[in-house]
Amino acid sequence: MNLTVNGITHGVDGRELATLLDVLREDIGVTGPKAGCHQGGCGACTVLVDGEPRRSCLLPAGYADGTEITTVEGLGTPEKLAPIQQAFVHHYAAQCGFCTSGMMLAAHAYIDRGGTDDHDAIQQALGGHVCRCTGYSKIIDAVAAAARGDSFDLTTTAVGKYTTMATGGGE
Amino acid sequence: MAAASVVTDAATEVLMPGSEDEAIAAFGDGAEVVVVGGGTIVLPDLTYRRRRARKALMLGGAGLAGIETQGSRVTIGTMTPVQELVDMPAPLGPCAANVADLEIRSQGTVGGNLCAREGYEAPRGDLQSAFLALGASARSAANGDVTEEPLEDFLPKRRERLLLGVSFDEPAAGAFAGLDRPHTHDYTALAVSGAKGTDGTLRLAATGTGSWGVRLPSAEAAAEDPVAAGEAALEDVSPHDDALASAWYRTKVLPVLVRRVLDELKESA
Repeated sequence: MNLTVNGITHGVDGRELATLLDVLREDIGVTGPKAGCHQGGCGACTVLVDGEPRRSCLLPAGYADGTEITTVEGLGTPEKLAPIQQAFVHHYAAQCGFCTSGMMLAAHAYIDRGGTDDHDAIQQALGGHVCRCTGYSKIIDAVAAAARGDSFDLTTTAVGKYTTMATGGGE
Repeated sequence: MAAASVVTDAATEVLMPGSEDEAIAAFGDGAEVVVVGGGTIVLPDLTYRRRRARKALMLGGAGLAGIETQGSRVTIGTMTPVQELVDMPAPLGPCAANVADLEIRSQGTVGGNLCAREGYEAPRGDLQSAFLALGASARSAANGDVTEEPLEDFLPKRRERLLLGVSFDEPAAGAFAGLDRPHTHDYTALAVSGAKGTDGTLRLAATGTGSWGVRLPSAEAAAEDPVAAGEAALEDVSPHDDALASAWYRTKVLPVLVRRVLDELKESA
């Protein structure tokens, strides 16, 4: 079977029944999708398959034959982050980072579908994703900002936040 | 480096039929065949080695997905994603919306949900009550023989046959009531579906009161009085303890859900 991951096509044989997660991580070496619960309960392994978010730990790799798969490595580059990545940075939406790639890919797909900054709708879209740091408030703020099309100057993000905190503004 | 967590494909004969006929032939008598619909239930079982697959029948390319309506008759292919039911009228639409989350509903299939074996923590067939309330029939195959029968007859032998699709007549009215789930990953702990046919026939069914969904004939007979019907429903079930809820809790809540469904049906009439 052929899996096109972030624009690069890989031939993989004899792994149709393996999870897409294992094939991505172990066979192809793309480790952005995280192996959290390995049973669909956490969302850390979510990738985009032809633009649709899928739990890669539940998807037989054979079903992804011929599809375009996007992982967090394919969302943007360090020099040019995707809008959802910029929003996560600006809103401090990542703590330990384990859930972040799955969260961002699900959020990216939500915004691609025309999702708005409505918090209830965002919670529905990300309802299967667990943040073990419980940083949901900032994650939802970040997705809402990206859905609105906010722009971010990441060179001042940290400075501005620290300044606010230092002057007693707090969070 | 080989994956550590999955039974290697070398130990499993992977069958990927390209048509319904090929799927029926590949299934054969079903012996030692693990049917893979969307994979959302089977893959974790294989990953955690709760099951071993000597033959894995992957139905993704068999052309068994889709919803067709001819007149008032609706036919849903076994590989249709659960998400495609979400906008359908009650009880099916709200019942489907109560399954997992968007990503899993988009991958999990109608057939996989209906045919799932009892879980280690809970019954898994969230959609069973809705299809039972609709009086659905199941089209299935084994040993090359294709038959169609009432879903309630099919469910007890769902592990022995290959489900190809389900059909039902659009109801005049429908309703669904279920327990809230603490997390989207949880299966339905208890839910009740109701539907009134265009001929006035009322059907009630429950998911979460046993190994698979069941009709509630005693509640149906008492339907004129929703409170009495709720109590009567207890005659039709054998609630159990599992990780999601105790038998005691299910016994207390089932009458409430039956009453809600009947009240909703009355309002929509």
